[in-house]
Parts: sequence; C-alpha cells; structure tokens
Amino acid sequence: MLNLGLDILGLARFQFGMTTVFHFFFVPFSIGLAFVVAVMETMYAIKGDEDYKKMAQFWGKMFLYSFAVGVVTGIIQEFQFGMNWSEYSRFMGDIFGAPLAIEALAAFFMESTFIGMWMFTWGRFNKWVHTLFIWLVMFGSSLSALWILAANSFMQNPLGYIINSKTGHVQMVSFGKVIGNPQLWNEFPHVIFGAFVTASFVIAGCCAWRLLKKDHVAFYRKSLNVALVIGLIFSVGSIASGDMQSRYLINNQPMKFAAMEGLYKNSTNKGEWSAVAGFDNKQHKTTWSVDVPYVLNLLSYHKTTGTVKGMNTINKEMHAKYDKKFGSDMNYYVPTKTLFWSFRIMSGAGALFALLAIVGLIFNRKKSQAIMKQRWFLYILGLCLWLPFIVNTAGWFITEFGRYPWIVYGLLTIADAVSPNVSVASLLTTNIVYFLMFAGMGVVMIVLCHRVLKAGPDDELTDGYASSDTDLDPYSKGAFNHD
Amino acid sequence: MTSLQFIWFILIGVLFSGFFFLDGFDFGVGMLVKSFAKNTAERDVVIRTIGPHWDGNEVWLITAGGAMFASFPMWYATLFSGYYLILFLILAALIFRGVSFEFRANMETDTWRNFWEWAATIGSFCAAFLFGMLFTSMIAGMPIDKNGDMTAHFTDYVNLFSLVGGVAVTVLCLVHGLNFIRLKTEGSLRDRALAWNKILYPVLFAGEVLFAVLLYFSTDFFDKKPLSTTAIVVALVIVTCLAYWGVLGNHEWLSFIGSGLGLVSVVVLIFNGLFPRVMIANNPAYSLLIKNSSNSPYTLHLMTILTFSILPIVLIYFIWSYWVFYKRLASPKQDA
Repeated sequence: MLNLGLDILGLARFQFGMTTVFHFFFVPFSIGLAFVVAVMETMYAIKGDEDYKKMAQFWGKMFLYSFAVGVVTGIIQEFQFGMNWSEYSRFMGDIFGAPLAIEALAAFFMESTFIGMWMFTWGRFNKWVHTLFIWLVMFGSSLSALWILAANSFMQNPLGYIINSKTGHVQMVSFGKVIGNPQLWNEFPHVIFGAFVTASFVIAGCCAWRLLKKDHVAFYRKSLNVALVIGLIFSVGSIASGDMQSRYLINNQPMKFAAMEGLYKNSTNKGEWSAVAGFDNKQHKTTWSVDVPYVLNLLSYHKTTGTVKGMNTINKEMHAKYDKKFGSDMNYYVPTKTLFWSFRIMSGAGALFALLAIVGLIFNRKKSQAIMKQRWFLYILGLCLWLPFIVNTAGWFITEFGRYPWIVYGLLTIADAVSPNVSVASLLTTNIVYFLMFAGMGVVMIVLCHRVLKAGPDDELTDGYASSDTDLDPYSKGAFNHD
Repeated sequence: MTSLQFIWFILIGVLFSGFFFLDGFDFGVGMLVKSFAKNTAERDVVIRTIGPHWDGNEVWLITAGGAMFASFPMWYATLFSGYYLILFLILAALIFRGVSFEFRANMETDTWRNFWEWAATIGSFCAAFLFGMLFTSMIAGMPIDKNGDMTAHFTDYVNLFSLVGGVAVTVLCLVHGLNFIRLKTEGSLRDRALAWNKILYPVLFAGEVLFAVLLYFSTDFFDKKPLSTTAIVVALVIVTCLAYWGVLGNHEWLSFIGSGLGLVSVVVLIFNGLFPRVMIANNPAYSLLIKNSSNSPYTLHLMTILTFSILPIVLIYFIWSYWVFYKRLASPKQDA
C-alpha cells in the first residue's frame, strides 16, 4: 500500500475537522439569517412597511442557499460517526444516539417542512401566519443546535452515565443529567449568540459594499440598521456568555483553559496575563511574552487575586488520575499555540464587533449622512464580513483541540475510537473528494450571494425555482393557483 | 429479545419505509430532469413538483440513521463503517442533487444550468441505485468478524444479485416519480408521464421476477421464512399490478399508492428476512442480532416515549405541508 506517512487516525481526524468546519460555516450563518429575516418580517407584519418585506425576501435568498448547503453537509456529519468512528459509535451509542435522533425528529422535520412553506407561500397566507413559518424555521434550527450540543457536551464533560461492566460501553442512567449538563448550558447561548452575530455582520458587510457604490442607499441603510442593532445586542451577549464559559472551564477542563492562556507554569498571585507570547511545545515552556498584570485574575475570577494552574501541573495531575487505566505514556498536553491564538482571535473579534456596531449605529442615525462620508468605516465593515467565519472556526478549535487526547473526556481516547476496518486508501480518497466538493460549493455559494447583491432588492426573480414564467415565481401572488 | 428491542426494530423499518416511499418519488423526479423534461420551462415545473418537499423527505433518512444510532449502535457502527465507500458515494450523490435544485435556478449561463441539471439527474440515479445495491448485498450476507467489523471486497458489494437489486429499486423509484408527476401536473407533462409508465412497468415486472429468483439463490430468506417471504414477494407483485392497472386505466392515486407500497414492500421483505438478525454475516455465528446490538433498556424506553410523543405532531404538519401544495402545476406551453 501507499506509504505517505498517513494513518487512519490522522486522516479520520482531518476529515472530521474539515467536514465540521465547512458545515459550521453554514450552520451559524443559517440560524442567524433565519433570526434576522424573522425579525425583518415581523417588523413588516407590525408596521406594514413594505421595505421590511423587501428586506426579508432579499436577505432570505442568501438564507436559502446557506440552508441548502448546511443540510447536505449535515448528512455527512451524521453518517461519519458510523463510517469513520465505529468504535466510538459502539462505545457511545447509548448516550450519543438519543440526542441525534431527537434532533432529527424534533428539529430537522420542523426546519425542512417550514422552510418549504415559507419559501413558496408569499402572499398565500395572512402575513402573521407567514411570519410564523420563518420563526418556526429559526426555532427548529436552534433546537437542532441544542441537541447536537447536548451530545457534544457529554464528550466534554460526561454526566448521567455508568460504564456497563460487561461491554465496557457507556450507559445512560439519567437523561435529565445529560441535558442538564452545565457544559451544555454554558455552550448553547454562546453558540446561538455567535450565530446571530455571524448573520448580522455578514449582512452589515454586504450593505457596506453596496453603500460604497451608492446603490439603493435607503434600502441598505435600513438593512444596516437592523443588522447592527442585532449585532450589538448579541456581540455583547457573546462576550458575556463566552466569559461565563471560559470561567466554567477553569474547574472543568483546566488543561483547555491553561492552554487558552498559554500557561505552562502555575500563575502567580499577581495574575500576569500574556497578551501575546511564543511557545516551545517540546520543552513545555513559554519562550517570550508580553504580560499585563491582574488581567488573568480578572478574566478568571472577576477579581484581582488568585492563581490559575499551569499545564505542567495539570499534566502531572492527569497522569496520576488516568495512568492506571490508560498507561503512563499518554500525552495530556493540548496544542497550545492553536488554543492560545484561537482564543485571542475569538475574543478580539468579539470586542471589535461590539465596537463596530456602536460606531456604525452612530454614523447611520436617521438624519445624519455620516455613514456615506466615512468611507474608511464602510471598508472596514465590508472586510469584516469574512471575520465571523474565522471566529466561529476559532471557537470550535478551542473546544475540540482542547479536548485532546480524549474523544470522550476521561473515558475514551481519540485513538481508540476510529473505525479499524476502513483503509487508508478509502480515507484518502474521501478526503480529497470532500475537499473538492466543499471548495466547489463554497465558490458557488459566494458567487450566488454576490449575484444576489448585484441584482439588488428590486430584482423579483432571483430565488427558488423561478424562471421566465412569472407564474412560477415563488414570491409572486397566485403561484400555484393554477386550476 | 425484549419487547422494546422488537418495537425499535419495527420502528427502524417504518422509518426506512417512510424514506423510500417519500424520497423514492423525489429520486424518481430528479432522474427525469434531463430526459423526460425537454426544455428549461418543463424542467422548472418538474423540479417544482418536489421543490417544497425534497428536503423534508430526506429528513426521513436522517431520522432513520439517527434512530438506528439511538437504538442499535452496533448495527449502525457495523453497517456504516462496513459500507464505507458505498455510503460515501451516496453522500456525494445526495449532496449534488440536494444543492442542484437551489443552484440551477440561479445560474446565468446555459452551461452551468446544464451542469446542475445533470447533477440532479445523475445524483438521483446514483442515490437510488446505490441504496438498492447496499440493501441487496446486505441481505446476501457479508464478511463480518467477531468484533462486528465488516471487511468486504468489491465482489461482496457488486455482484449479479446486488446489481439487479440496484436496478430494481431504481426503476421502482422512477415509476414512482412518474406517478407523482401525474398527480402534480396537468397538460403535456401529465400525459407524457403516463406514456412513459406504460413502457416502464413491463420492465419493472421483469426486474421483480429476476430479483425474486436471485433472492431464492442468494439469501436464506426462503429457507428460514418460506411463508412470509413468499407472501411479501407476492404482495410486491400485486401492488405493482395494481399500480400498472392504475396506469392502464388512468387512476392516478392508485398508481402512486401502488408504486409507493412497492418500495415499502421491499423494505418489509428485507426486515422480515433479517429478523431476528440486523446484519447477516457469512459466518452465522458472527451475525449481529437484535438482542445483542441494542442500547440499554433505559435509553430505548426514553426514546420510545419521546418518539411516540413527537412523531404524531411531526406527521400532522408534514402531511399538512403536502396539502398546502396540493394544487397541480400547469405544463408550460409547447412553444415556450
């Protein structure tokens, strides 16, 4: 067989990372867009202002593309547990299958049914009923996030289980504990708020590019306002929930927290926080850093005193705890650089979003023309359109790389979870093909969204299954009334 | 085997039946995009018949997969890792056809529209064919070891029996799709669908007979359960006859229900033959059984309560959404 230094484990991990990151470009974007579009349509229902209807339809088009890609890449997610991680599936089936099945039953059916209803019934129903459809889509997609995060939370912090003495697999003893997992309730708000921020800054960025071209100024300024109000509320929400989550980690997954802050040694009572730093992964030490006193303690405990355990200490503790079962040659260090920089990208971007939203709202006041004059600001806003996708990825890098070497924290290692019967050649082939497909879909997605923007809000016939036959326009009145 | 395990075995069968009944016709409609529909306007209408529904239909597959994980993780792990490459091809097919509907409508050039139309057509063909092949080879027995890991070779997946199974399922989906188009359109497309089915049904009969003969030689179904297996095969032929009668006499609902039940009876045939196993190993000692592949009673109990409380609500709005889009679509004018 080919010997390229590739092994099943590495390829399976790469595939999981790649498919998940790509899938998760579209998930928060779709959830967020559903929310923003729902808000816009609700404003239309309340005020009767046609502009809001136009907005909902216009941004709704991007939502439909994103949703389609999200759905099809989601099937890969469900299948690959069995395909690449059969030992994991056997070990975790009793816990993991339940939320996955409930996700499909309670959430996916709701999303997929009502998105069809929303898309094809403009003008056929009372506007409140039609608005309800998009809220149900939004509700369904948030529910799906909740269930899959319930499954993920068990992997981070196993609760409500026993180990079956005969099979050695986990067995659920309390469903209440599985869904009451504090990890879940720390993670879920952060993910949902992050989704709302994602959509609002993508919309804001698109508006900025059009405003630079002085195209449909009134429409894009109004859209920008909605996006920035939502963006402001939820970037503050993201920061607050992120803070909650990281403080939860100190006790729950200290290794992850220490790596996020780049602490090899225990911190001193002065709470020196490294703003930037360099690391030597082999020697397990920090080579250089720029430190600010007290910030670490403020971040960790919201006060100026206290100490945080470093990775070297935690590594020893973990050896003491797990060596009996997993052997002494385990490596409990997580990829420090990845976590350290991901955390800085994520939290820095969070603060930037809040700032941009405030400044943008001030410039975009109703009577002021400031937003049109401050072109530098529009350029920044336009570029920040891409930032949420990087930030979302960084967030998951912290969560998932920080779990190393476990697939289920303290119970099963990643190396023991992979399918033993899948060949390197199969995995290599699928990795390449997935990569090409994702690249292709990503490009088409960007091209389509760009085309929607270029066509502008007055373009009636851009979405769905419309054609030159106006009767087939899903947004027109009387579509389907053919008899 | 406990009663909960039995219920879940049946439920998985029900979910796969739902998937084949529903996605069966939208696979069929997808296959017809390039050949049956003659021009862009016709393709718009043909795709539009499944536009609001294909996504929801596919959720039946996701639910069946999730439910299998939640009830029989050993089955899920063995099946999904063992059928690695086939499932990968199915995923690729489902992805291409899934995004094609949305993407094609927004392409500006004919070349690209053409590309996504082919994606819909080929994707739908491959998905139906590969599912047929997967399930057919599965019931013939596979090389599964003591740990439940399956390491199959090319000829284990691809052989005369599995190819016939794949073709039979594809043709079943195709006639089912045509029957759906007959229900959902009026004018030239509706007439053409009828004409196509008049030709396709005799092909389907031939396929079903060949499948039944190979079933006798390739599986232990007729040895282990001669009565029920024969009864289900006969039922398959009867519903196909009824559907064909619906074609000849132009009874559209009868045809549609008949072709749908044809797909359902294939699923019933498979599940009946599997029982009390879930995966058939070449070495019978290593076959996975219902009794030792399932989750704990706690999880099964929980899933039973949740499923029986959520599924009825889902069915209500799912059916309602079909009712909302009940009206027929007009075929485009010939000169369009």
